[in-house]
Amino acid sequence: MASEAVIPINSDVDVVAARQKGRELAVELGFVSTDLTLLATAISELARNIIRYAKHGEILIASVQSGERVAITVVARDKGPGIANISLAMQDGFSTSGGLGLGLPGVKRLMDEFHLVSDANKGTTVTIKKWKR
Amino acid sequence: MEVPILKQGLYLIASIQAALSDVDLVHLRDALAEKVGKFRARGVIVDVTVLDVMDSFASRTLRDLAHMTRLRGAETVIVGIQPEVAFAMVQLGLTLEGVDTALDLEEGLAFLDKKTKRHTPRG
Repeated sequence: MASEAVIPINSDVDVVAARQKGRELAVELGFVSTDLTLLATAISELARNIIRYAKHGEILIASVQSGERVAITVVARDKGPGIANISLAMQDGFSTSGGLGLGLPGVKRLMDEFHLVSDANKGTTVTIKKWKR
Repeated sequence: MEVPILKQGLYLIASIQAALSDVDLVHLRDALAEKVGKFRARGVIVDVTVLDVMDSFASRTLRDLAHMTRLRGAETVIVGIQPEVAFAMVQLGLTLEGVDTALDLEEGLAFLDKKTKRHTPRG
């Protein structure tokens, strides 16, 4: 049961579309209700960062299987300005002070796995994973 | 997706019916700030029961909405935040500080009754 979806992110309505797609896929895979919300919220934040900082990008949502275990992987990528200071972006400012206000430490807390690659002027790719419980 | 705003006595009740885009949320904020004056409302209830996601933008917009209506002389209470939504919000550091919340519509109405009475001059 491998399914995946690519959602182009170009405007605020795409943020809603992306998180609904993620939730849909997670429902299909039988994720528990709390995790549906966590996943949808994380996707929303990543999509929002694309709009805010890169204007355009895409979100890829896919199911992955590892033995008996099932997970959902979300890749949010853009060709925007990139993040100059990754350690600062990952600093927990609780979005009020410190940090860059990207909400990335929060997204990391919502997920089981989190991976960030960013190059100045080349763009940013955030990969997150949530295992089915 | 326009959010219907009902007038009930001195209160305005905005009952969100489906997922909202950023533009919809900003619309709601501005509509309520305007309608508080138009209907001389003393309280506003925003029912978010159906929202499955409250991300940073939604939280910030609701906070702004509550502060704007307060500046216009009406108290706002957000009702119906679901338990898993609350959990996700806390993980993201979104605590809606300075904004009143209540469990549901009924509690929200009771809260406003108490809160607005305090400011109503007697006699």
